[in-house]
Formats: sequence, structure tokens, C-alpha cells
Amino acid sequence: MNLAHYLGLLHRAQVNLADAFRQVADAHAEEPDIEHLCQQQAKRCDAHAEQLHPFVVRYSEDAPDEPDRLHSQLFTGTRTGGIGLLRDLQDLYLMAAECDITWTVVGQAAYGARDKELLAVVRSCEGETAIQLKWLRTRMKAAAPQALVVAD
Amino acid sequence: MVDRIADPWGERTPYGPGQQWPVRVDRYLADGRGDADVDRWVQSASVLHSNGDALDIGVADGRIVGVRGRAVDRINRGRVDPKDLYGWQANHSPDRLTRPLVRDGGRLVEADWDTAMGRIVARSKELLDGPGGWGHFGFYTSGQLFLEEYYTLGVIGKAGLGTPHMDGNTRLCTATAAASMKASFGTDGQPGSYTDVDHCDAIALWGHNVAETQTVLWMRMLDRRRGPNPPAMLAVDPRATPVAREADLHLAVRNGTNVALMNGLLREIIRRGWYDNDYVDAHTLGFEELCRIVDGYPPQRVADICGVPAADVERAAELVGTSQRLLSTVLQGFYQSNQATAAACAVNNLHLVRGMIGRPGAGIYQMNGQPTAQNNRETGADGDLPGLRNWDNERHVEELARLWNVDVDTIPHWAPPTHAMQIFRYAEQGSIKLLWISATNPAVSLPELHRIRQILTRPELFVVVQDLFLTETAELADVVLPAATWGEKTGTFTSVDRTVHISDKAVEPPGEARPDLDIFLDYARRMDFRNRDGQPLIDWSGPEEVFEAWKECSRGRPCDYTAITYEKLRGGSGIQWPCTDEHPDGTERLYTDGHFHTDPDYCETYGHDLATGAEFTEAEYRAKEPDGRAFLHTVEYQPSPEVPDDEHPLLLTTGRTVYQFHTRTKTGRAPQLNQAAPDVWVELNPADAARFGIAEGDLVGVSSTRGAIQARARLCGIRPGVVFLPFHYGYFDQDPADRTPRAANELTITAWDPVSKQPLFKVAAVAVTKLADGRGVPSPAPTVGGSAPPADADVPPTIGGPAAEATSGKE
Repeated sequence: MNLAHYLGLLHRAQVNLADAFRQVADAHAEEPDIEHLCQQQAKRCDAHAEQLHPFVVRYSEDAPDEPDRLHSQLFTGTRTGGIGLLRDLQDLYLMAAECDITWTVVGQAAYGARDKELLAVVRSCEGETAIQLKWLRTRMKAAAPQALVVAD
Repeated sequence: MVDRIADPWGERTPYGPGQQWPVRVDRYLADGRGDADVDRWVQSASVLHSNGDALDIGVADGRIVGVRGRAVDRINRGRVDPKDLYGWQANHSPDRLTRPLVRDGGRLVEADWDTAMGRIVARSKELLDGPGGWGHFGFYTSGQLFLEEYYTLGVIGKAGLGTPHMDGNTRLCTATAAASMKASFGTDGQPGSYTDVDHCDAIALWGHNVAETQTVLWMRMLDRRRGPNPPAMLAVDPRATPVAREADLHLAVRNGTNVALMNGLLREIIRRGWYDNDYVDAHTLGFEELCRIVDGYPPQRVADICGVPAADVERAAELVGTSQRLLSTVLQGFYQSNQATAAACAVNNLHLVRGMIGRPGAGIYQMNGQPTAQNNRETGADGDLPGLRNWDNERHVEELARLWNVDVDTIPHWAPPTHAMQIFRYAEQGSIKLLWISATNPAVSLPELHRIRQILTRPELFVVVQDLFLTETAELADVVLPAATWGEKTGTFTSVDRTVHISDKAVEPPGEARPDLDIFLDYARRMDFRNRDGQPLIDWSGPEEVFEAWKECSRGRPCDYTAITYEKLRGGSGIQWPCTDEHPDGTERLYTDGHFHTDPDYCETYGHDLATGAEFTEAEYRAKEPDGRAFLHTVEYQPSPEVPDDEHPLLLTTGRTVYQFHTRTKTGRAPQLNQAAPDVWVELNPADAARFGIAEGDLVGVSSTRGAIQARARLCGIRPGVVFLPFHYGYFDQDPADRTPRAANELTITAWDPVSKQPLFKVAAVAVTKLADGRGVPSPAPTVGGSAPPADADVPPTIGGPAAEATSGKE
């Protein structure tokens, strides 16, 4: 069963997203809402990873070797300034989008595996990931005109 | 004679449930004058708080000589707040601005209007020239101008310049009230009426020290409490305010934990079956989710989080859960605190699940702090669109475009209007290059003042300040415009409970000072804003024309003014909107039939995630099929962004005294008021004071990671672990060469609620140290109000003496 690989992918994506949220929070501490909400969302990602961990362990017992090019690198550090903030939020958005689609895929697999416990985790977490995407979109929409059209 | 400094609330006029509140006419005339010495009385209402008390201005020899309450008015039935009795004297203050000032060679020098306006217009045209020019403008206005002035400013910003960067200091006082009502009921608009006090059997005050912020509303509550069948009373406040002392039950919660408390109360109400199942089914959405979340807040957990006894949580739930006509009022203890919108929504939830809305006595007041905050929200000079329209609803924006005869894309609606804290951030980053501040004093009232001063003094930022006095903010401006004030101009404004009043011009403004409306109209003329037909965008010349134009803008919206006229407002009582041809006398309560403003084509917002502020889309909103039902929004408790630690072990909360308003621009210039509360103080619980070796009157240093101030200590009944500072005190009346830091906002944190964007003034972590011994001299804190010392303390009482002698009578 290859589900273990997707669980591992999702687990690592959540850990990476938590880390990226924290880096963006630190880099843009002068934007108080960004700092506060990125820290808050980092904790949510931590909780997601924690809830996934037992399933990663359980399914890895009978998993074949990990396929090539499973993981992708979406974040290479923060930037500065108004447009830098926009780009950093865009990185977070793409990372959250990867988590979002991976929850969907893992959720489908949970159905196939008749794994009600895993399905419950997916149901409670995927909604929070969707809110992350929504918040990032909201914040970027508000920031974009000033950063791209107005600022020097 | 009554000394309304010593006794701000005056004599009781008790009454029973369902009875009309008795009349009591309060009056103060200066210099021993009597009624015979008054040439004429001019109709107005209060501008030194949000209650909307109707009063008449006494004029003799072309000058204001005093005020009296209007017995005919539904709000105050003749009573007057002490701030209004004495505060008008500031109009005559010798340091009123009488000529414009412009900055030349680093100094502000007097100039004529042409020079001052010429500089603003030249800079404006320069900035507007080029793509994205709109984005260089920011407007930060007030909660103290008139409806006509806000509406004009809103049109200038949205249809003239096309900028979304406009907000009011209402962001600091009332943004959460608006946000919570939009979220729960679909639009802004107070469900209740002040007459709910006459009918209720229980009053819950959520973070609302009404005794000091709206004294006349408190008089009404006290009169019920002294009459037959008085209402029960619950107070939630970390301080021992007059409200807390009066209440049957006082929950002195730890600042920042309101959501945990509300969740706990809702849990008890549901588990004990004290909710109205039929009402919930017919008129609300989200009950299952509410039950799921609040189930995690049993009394003991709430007690641990909030720092109050579990038994008191249960008693509070019983008090609000078993009443038949529950009245709730909410203010800054919820609005300026952690999880503000969620906590305010939870109060709405409490009323919705109990069906306590839309009938006499069953009401909610999501309060305002300022007299005209409501109008700023209605007319869209803040983070809203005019007429409580939804920025994300293209049809709503098209209505405005048709009304103003401009292209729909002229009106910025790609995102919500920019909130005040973000406007200052853009100014800090340099993309906003012109900041126009009217009738407010951010250099004292915004959080983290060293940062605000740095922004306002940036050489690239062109700062315009329009005010009565050379405030701490005006000192930093490039152009200062002298404004006329209350009593010197005509306009209308609206109270918390939607009552519209007119305030007529009684006297001429001093020198060359001009009404704010005239200043805005002059700017529009000089900027030559045009509509789609090439005609002037704004062709109004006076307040009544603006009011008539505003009526059209309000047509069909919740705040419908179409059947109100200046004529109708003169002579009698104020009138509650909506006031239409079908309801020509106004509307006392909203939602009497349980049908809320949540229809997707009508609502003011498609909603937010309360934890992050993430916006939902129109499609997502429609999918909920609200169909006139109210939303029950419930979230988990989250700790504040800043909590005490070893270095900063105490929690700071800031607030108000009954004798001062805002940054004391007026009240600090009224002798009776200023002498009652002349300087800053810091409130400490005696147990904390003992721990730090501090006694009454000692000079104390209070510091956070952002700054430090000095204040004399008042030992009183505040919750242990919490200190309080009044936020009124800035620097205008100190020697410029020797200013001792004393403004509470030197310490506060730059952080805000994710939905209402209201700053968190109630949750900074601070340290205190004794700086000097008071040698037995008590602090300057009043002995009246939340700063009252223990009964056995040797502190002389706050009195006004002969200069404060007023009259009060049952006429």
C-alpha cells in the first residue's frame, strides 16, 4: 500500500509549512497582524503534523520504497518590503495549497482503506487548511494594489 | 443645588418595570446666571460621549453661557452628563486655533486660508498625478464630527480621489460593535432601544463601565434598581467600577479571556435547558457548531482561564439564563481586548439562543464610545461603504456609482476600506504620502506612541490636522486647519440606539475657524472633482443639502433616514432610524419578527472566519442559505498575543474616568472637570502594591517592552495582577521643554482583532517599580468611579465646590 508515502508527504508538508509560517512571522514582525496570525497558523500546522504522525508510523510498516521526486521544495526563505511580503505570502499560499490537495488525496485513500480514524483526522484538519488559504488570499488581495501600483 | 462633580449621577428618580422614566431636568449656567440671563436656547445634543443626551445650549450676548437637558427627549428625559454640564467652556478657551498654520522652516506659522488650502491642494494634485496616485492619500477622521461632514468626506475619498485609505478613530472605539452586528445579524444597526432599561428584568454589562462612560444611561439603570421589581445585574470587568459595586454579581475576569467566559456561560445555558429551542430553530444558523465548541468549557475550566470562582460562573449563567427580559450592554472591556469580535458575537449568541431580542426589555446594546461614531459607520468615512453597503457586492457599489454619477470602478471596492492601523503602516513605509487627520489626536490615542510620533514626523509624509486646538498631533503637522466645533455649526448625529438629533449653530466660531464641512467642501471645490458628466462631483453648500443627499444614499438600507428632515428634528425628541414613509415616527426596535438582515443581496458582509479574518465569498455565503436567520459564530478561546512573564509580570488595562473624554482636548480645558481628574494615575491592587513596596500616592514607573511612563499610585479594588491607566493624559498642558512620559499608550501593543481590526488596548504586559515616595500625598485619581479608594483610606473626596453648582429638578 502506497498510502504511507502520501502520509509522509503530507506530514512533511505540514512541518515545512509550520516552519515557513514562523520564518515569515519573524521576517515581517513589523506587520503585527502577519506576525500574530502566522504564529497562530504555525501552531495549527504543528497540530496537524502531530495528528498525522501515528498514521505515518502505522502505514509505513508495510510500505514499499519511497518513489522518486515525491517531495517538492516550495520555500527558500523570506524577503523584505511590501512586495517581499506579498511574495512570501504567495509562497505560503502555494505550500498551503499543496497541503490542501494532499488532504483531499489522503482523505480519498482513507475511504479506500476503510480507515475511519484517519478520515476523522482529515475531516477536522482539511477545513483548517482551507481557512489558511482563505486568510492568505484575503490578506494578499488587500495588500496587492498598494504594493504593486502605489509603492515606489 | 447639586455638585455634579462630587455626584456625577445626581438624585435618583426611581421607577418600576414598564413605567416611563421620570423627567429630571439638569442645568448648569456659569457665573451665577439664571434662566432670565439667557437670551435664547439652541437645540443640540451631547458630543462628549456616545449616549446622545439631548440638551439646549444657553446663549447670552453671543456667547455660550450654559446648558440644560431636554425633558422632551426619549434618551435622557432632561438629564445631562457632568462632562456636558461643564465641558462647553472649552469652546471659549483662549488657546483655540483661530487661524490656519503652515510649517515654514521647521516651525508652524500663521497663514491665511488660501495659503493653507493652497498647500494641501498643490500637494494633492502632485500626488494624484500618475498611476496609483489615489494610494498616496490617507484620511484619519473622528467619532466627533457630524453626519453631513462624514458623508462629504466619504464622497471625496471614494468618488473624488478614489482611495480606500479612510478610517475613523471609531476603529478604536466601535469597530467591534459594527463587526459583531454584521457577523451575527447581517448588517450593522443596534437591535435594542434605551427604553429596554424600562422593561428588563436583568442587565448584563460586558466590559462596560457605563457609570463613567454614559452616565445618563447609568442613571436610568440606577433608577430601575431603586424602584419596585428592580432588574438583577451582572458586571464583567477586572476593575471594581461603580457598575461592579452595584451589581448583584461581579466577575473580575483576567483581561483577554472573555471568549472563554462566554463559551462557559453558553454551555451552562444549553445544558440546563435555558435556551429557546423554537427560536433557535426558526431564526438562527450554527447551533450545532456552537454546542460542539462551548461543550469544552465547563465551569472549572472557565474558572482556571478567567481567574474567577467556578461557582460564580454558574451563578452568572443562572442570572442571564433564567431572566425573562435580558438586556446586555457591551463596550471596551470586550471591544479593545483579545478575540474582540468573537467575544462580542458571543453576547449576540446568548441573546439569540434565548430568543432575547426584538421585544421590550430583551435588547442588546453593542455600544459606541463616541457621540457620532454611529454616523461614521453609516456614511462610510471609516472601514464601511455608505448606507451600510457591502464592498464585496458589486450591485451595492453600482448603487453608489449611480447616486454619485461616477464610474463604478472609481469607487475602490477590491478589498475592504483600509483600517486605521494599516493606514499608519503604509505611512510608515512611505506609500501613503499625505495623511489628513480631522478631529482626533492619534499622537495620544493610538497604541505604541513612540512609533506614531515617528510616523507623523517623517519628512516625506505631508500631515494635515484639522482641530480646535494645537493638539499633540497638530504640533507635528505640516498644515493645521482651525475648525469650528459643536455649538458653532449645524449638523446631525445619531446615538447608540439609532436616535437622530440635530445640533444647531448657537454662536459664531472664534477668529477664522471654519466648520469641518466647509473645509471639506472647500477642498472638493479646489480639487475640482468632477462626475461622469463633467459637472462638479459635490455641489452642496451647507449641511441641510448634504443631509438631503445623504437621505437618498440611505434609502432602502437599514439606516433609512428618508422621512427625517431638519424641521422634524427641531422642537421635539430625537427620532430613531429607520424612519420612512411607512414608519414616519421611526423604529424603536429591530428584528421584532426574528427576521434578520442576512439576505445575500441585502447583507453588509459575506462573513469572516473570526479567528483569522479570512473573508468568505458571495458563493460561499449564498450556499449557507441564511434566509433571514441570524448567525451563531463560536470560536475556541485563544490566549492574547501578549501575556505576562517574569520581566513584565502584570497585565495593563487602559480606560476612562467620568470626568475626562478622549485626550482631554475639551474636558482638560473645562476647570471643574480638569480639577476633578488633573493628572494620570496608576491603579494597583493593595496585594500587588505591597509586593512591590508601593503605597498610595507613591510615584511609580510603569514599563512595557515599548516604553515607560510615570504615574502616582492609587490603591483600590482592581483585580490582583492587573494595573489600570487612564488613557486621557498626553502632553499638551505640560511644559514642552520638560515633558514627563505619562500617556498610557506609550506602553500599549500594536496588535488588533483579526475581524474588526480594533487595537488591543487591554492586554499589555507591564512591570511596575517605585520611583519616589509619595510622603502621604494621595494620587490625583478621583475618589469617584473605578479609582475610588477603600472606605478607610485617608484620601480627600473629589468635589467640585461652588464652581460646580448645578441644578436638577423634576419639571
